[in-house]
Amino acid sequence: MTWKIIKLSLKGIFNNKMRSFLTMLGIIIGVMAVVILVSITQGATSGITDSISSMGSQQITATISSEDVSVSADDVESLASYPTISGAAPVISTNQTVKKNSNTGNYSVVGITPSYFDVQDIDIQRGRKIVESDIEWNTNICVIGTEVATDLFDTWDAVNGTIIIGDSIYKVVGVLEEQGSSLAGSDDNRILIPYSTASRMTGQTSVNSFYIKATSESTVNAAISSVEMFLLQAMRDEDSYDVSNQSDVLDTMDDVTNTMSLLLAGIAAISLLVGGIGIMNIMLVSVTERTREIGIRKAVGAKRKHIMLQFLCEACILSVLGGIIGLLLSFGTIEIYSLISATSVGMNWGVGIAAIAFCAVIGVLFGGYPAAKASRLQPIDALHTL
Amino acid sequence: MIRLKHIYKSYTLGEIDVPVLQDVSLHVKPHEFVSILGPSGSGKSTLMNIIGCLDIPDSGDYILDGEYVDNCTEDQLSEIRGIKIGFIFQQFNLLPDLTAYENVEMPLLYRKISPAERHERVLKTLKQVGLEERMQHKPSQLSGGQQQRVAIARVLASEPSIILADEPTGNLDTASGKEIMGIIQDLWKAGNTIILITHDINVANQAERKVYVRDGRLSDKEAAV
Repeated sequence: MTWKIIKLSLKGIFNNKMRSFLTMLGIIIGVMAVVILVSITQGATSGITDSISSMGSQQITATISSEDVSVSADDVESLASYPTISGAAPVISTNQTVKKNSNTGNYSVVGITPSYFDVQDIDIQRGRKIVESDIEWNTNICVIGTEVATDLFDTWDAVNGTIIIGDSIYKVVGVLEEQGSSLAGSDDNRILIPYSTASRMTGQTSVNSFYIKATSESTVNAAISSVEMFLLQAMRDEDSYDVSNQSDVLDTMDDVTNTMSLLLAGIAAISLLVGGIGIMNIMLVSVTERTREIGIRKAVGAKRKHIMLQFLCEACILSVLGGIIGLLLSFGTIEIYSLISATSVGMNWGVGIAAIAFCAVIGVLFGGYPAAKASRLQPIDALHTL
Repeated sequence: MIRLKHIYKSYTLGEIDVPVLQDVSLHVKPHEFVSILGPSGSGKSTLMNIIGCLDIPDSGDYILDGEYVDNCTEDQLSEIRGIKIGFIFQQFNLLPDLTAYENVEMPLLYRKISPAERHERVLKTLKQVGLEERMQHKPSQLSGGQQQRVAIARVLASEPSIILADEPTGNLDTASGKEIMGIIQDLWKAGNTIILITHDINVANQAERKVYVRDGRLSDKEAAV
């Protein structure tokens, strides 16, 4: 009996191909919206999260925003003697116009101490790092990122070349390893010079910011407290500095992307709901159109539940079939998207299955009223409609 | 078989109650062939709806096969229609999207009948009305007479106690009409109880007994018409 009713419903759907397709279109688009948006958001999130966590959660960044109080490089480096801190790297950063023959560009020029390399976990691929004697002698040397090297020298092999930063000539002594893009800004497009040289160039004695490396991930919080205490003592104003850690960034990112996912899923769910209303609309039309059929069926012995089941089945098949088509189309779209954008966006099957289940619920909810209406028709009234 | 006692039925038109059937009593014995004659508007369609359990009287008793029908719920009436009553309509009332076979099978789907028996019954009855060659055709591919034969096969497959025919020849040409009346005669001779509703005296004359409806009242006398 049940199988016969399903067959009957399928027949009803196929007899009206165009109408059925248009009815399903709302559901198809709704499911595609849910699945694709959630999958892509999650793909993007996991990409960003990976790149953040690869930067290590042992690192702490402190930024000083007040110009009234100065914090010297020596003060910062003294932080390294704290038991929870393994290294401290003071930084003066400025933007400078940099020239090499006819190539000109604006780059972030960062004055650093030798501890920078260890604290930031970066290494050089060619030449040498900046060492203590460079600081002592205020030498005009620099270590450049890969992007700077390609921009100015057209090759990564830039060691022993010279560039003009501001008004002075600098000798390139090393090229950093390529890092790729990251949220905190990459060293690929930075030029590193000795801290003392930067201080002389900008006339600035106070650090802009500094990086701290905690001894381990478990001591990060203790290290943050130490840094905050140190800054509070030096500045006497909580608003003049900001201390952050990668895990803070990660947490914030998570919050943002979760909210995004929810928002998108919510919008998409609304479109599914609209699709459901479309199904209800068509089912109501269908009940009116088939009044006579319902009358005949009732006259020869169909009970209310039989008629109810027939129309409910039809609504459910329409919405679930729409859901499945939408799921397959989303799968295709996501595959194509990940090919074109060269990102690792994967289909989120969990959301897909949930969307189909939601479709079934929509079928029952929005098919229920028309089906009940059909089942309540009186056979004599139904028979007399021509 | 069928016993109608003092049946009253009225319809409300606006705020006025219009009586359609007044004090109608009728007794139909098993294996009887009764025709109900009456002009349009006489209430014979309402009478047929009540006998066919499509409608319930306002007052009076209807006893079908020893069972009181007046207090049945909608679903119980559906069940009674499915098992005990077979309708032959003027409009044939076949489902246009189903084949002849599926149309005959349809009522059986609402009952607990095994697929094997269902198949057997459908084939048997289609053969009985001479349409076994055309059972995969849809109603639109069949002539009026053939469609009415499919409707008769649909009735026979349910093996009802009573066959109710409402102007079965009304939509047919003379030749097809004769053919259908022939089949109905055969069904009666085979032992079925038949109630025929018509306004055509020539059709009514083929029945064993005639009753007349006029202004909602029943009489045995022709003069009343």
